[in-house]
Amino acid sequence: MIRVDGTGKSNSLIQVRGLDKTYRRGGEEIQVLQRLNLDVDKGDFVGFMGPSGSGKTTLLNLLGGLDVPTHGSITVAGDEITHMSGNKLTQWRARHVGFIFQMYNLIPVLTAFQNVELPLLLTKLSKSERRKHVETALGVVGLAERMNHYPRQLSGGQEQRVAIARAIVADPTFLLCDEPTGDLDRKSADEIMELIHRLVKEFGKTVLMVTHDPVVAKRADLTLHLEKGVLVEAGELGVTAGGAA
Amino acid sequence: MKFSNLIFANLFRKKLRLLLTVGSFAVALFLFAFLAVVRGAFNRGADIAGADRLVVINRISIIQPLPLAYRDKILRIPGVKAVTHNNWFGGVYQDEKNFFPQFVIDVENQRKVLPELKVPDDQWAAFVKDRQGAIAGAKTAARFGWKVGDRIPIKSSLFGGAGTWDFNLDGIYHSERAGGDESQFWFQWDYFEERMPQNFKGNVGWYVIKLDSPDSAVSVAKVVDDMSANSSFETKTETESAFAAGWVKQFGNIQFLIMTIGTVVFFTLLLVTGNTMAISVRERVGELAVLKAIGFTDRSVLFFVLAEALTIALVGGLLGLGLAMVAVPVLGAALNGLLPTLILSKAILSLGLGIAVLVGGISGLLPGIGAMRMRVVNALRRV
Repeated sequence: MIRVDGTGKSNSLIQVRGLDKTYRRGGEEIQVLQRLNLDVDKGDFVGFMGPSGSGKTTLLNLLGGLDVPTHGSITVAGDEITHMSGNKLTQWRARHVGFIFQMYNLIPVLTAFQNVELPLLLTKLSKSERRKHVETALGVVGLAERMNHYPRQLSGGQEQRVAIARAIVADPTFLLCDEPTGDLDRKSADEIMELIHRLVKEFGKTVLMVTHDPVVAKRADLTLHLEKGVLVEAGELGVTAGGAA
Repeated sequence: MKFSNLIFANLFRKKLRLLLTVGSFAVALFLFAFLAVVRGAFNRGADIAGADRLVVINRISIIQPLPLAYRDKILRIPGVKAVTHNNWFGGVYQDEKNFFPQFVIDVENQRKVLPELKVPDDQWAAFVKDRQGAIAGAKTAARFGWKVGDRIPIKSSLFGGAGTWDFNLDGIYHSERAGGDESQFWFQWDYFEERMPQNFKGNVGWYVIKLDSPDSAVSVAKVVDDMSANSSFETKTETESAFAAGWVKQFGNIQFLIMTIGTVVFFTLLLVTGNTMAISVRERVGELAVLKAIGFTDRSVLFFVLAEALTIALVGGLLGLGLAMVAVPVLGAALNGLLPTLILSKAILSLGLGIAVLVGGISGLLPGIGAMRMRVVNALRRV
């Protein structure tokens, strides 16, 4: 159940309480997020929308442990991440978060296989175990036959599929998608959204996604709007102010 | 190593840049090896000089003679074990380009004072009996293809007018010490003196004294110089190593020159490679940020940058030193004996490789630390 009123159950997969984020720019303080609450359960698919500068990416960065809040707490699967040290947070990210970026962010000098293998290099898996995992992930995204291709030899949609395979290969606790279709045409965007939807429905993945595109946002269980640093429910798919029906 | 794919893929990202950077290391290390070899050749005399030997020359200059009569006086000084004398001959074998040092030696005492220059006893015995006999260093004999029994004509340019001196090669000496001089050509004092004009007879070029102990070097040197004070042939006595070092100084401050060139080369190399590594890291800030986002620690990012820099340094260094190993013997042959043997020792190779790795490490360290400290959020925003 997705809630934004801070009354979610204590065993939610992701629990955000009183989250503030303030930036200082040229001596001026800019409050991006204000006392934000959020509860997300395992298997939920949440979309975040909002105008540019509303703090969507900031929220995603905070949830992914890439940035630290000014106040408030974020708890993921029982781990309070807001007070973790830099190295601990990095290790936590490796275990729990799969990132999908708008620009795919693949390493151009590595093949699709090698790109997907990157997160597994941080594990104790043997080479053959890593190979098995990579082949499975590339199979899920439908690119098993392109594993030896370099990013420049793939289309935008295929690159994003490789990025998704990289995000899921280590079986993270949740996926963070920052405008995953922002650089794709409609057809490729639909294919990517279909893939993400499959990850949620078939594989039980938890997905938090930022998007500008209302069509893409509709694929989420619930779309939340960020306005003036506060999350507001859009009431899609039968979700009420109290949570999903 | 499981990260090798990533490191090598990044290394080969810009092949031309890689080639040029590796080339910079190779050229710098080649130059380093060359300079170190030349420096070693100049200093070898001082390095291998006997600690228990003194050289006595005329105080005015080494080209001024000393009386043969000093020999017995020196021999009587307490602390002196043996004394021998030499003259520079300065002849030409076939062509002026075929330079090698020729010394007139005191047959009786040569081996007592310079025991590390080994001549087989049978060859030495033949030499002693042969007034026109000669002993050649192994290097010179090999250079001209001489063998025992050959007749060697040497054209004199200093002594005996412009005539030719004929010698019988009775033996070949080897140095017991690594890097020892095996280029000399010796012949007998008696043969030399009989052909000298009357006014030169009874004079020698310099003396070499063998001491009982290196501890007596200062006192014996003082006695020798005091003995000749206020005479027509005042002496300057110093240890063999000081004499060799002084000899090198006549060419200028080689050590300083070589150190300066070497420092400039490596400093330039540091700037070039540092700049290359900085550009290389700056170009892929976004990629490094992604690595950090997906769980690579700051230290791993530093490790990747350093590994690249060190690999370039190591490969370039090995190439340069390998090239030097091929080139130094060729250079030695081309110098026609103008310098003592050019030796590219293991110490030079190790030092060169060490310097290459150090320069590589420093050049990768600053961009690496920058990448390590980079905030993922800021870097991703730039992608």
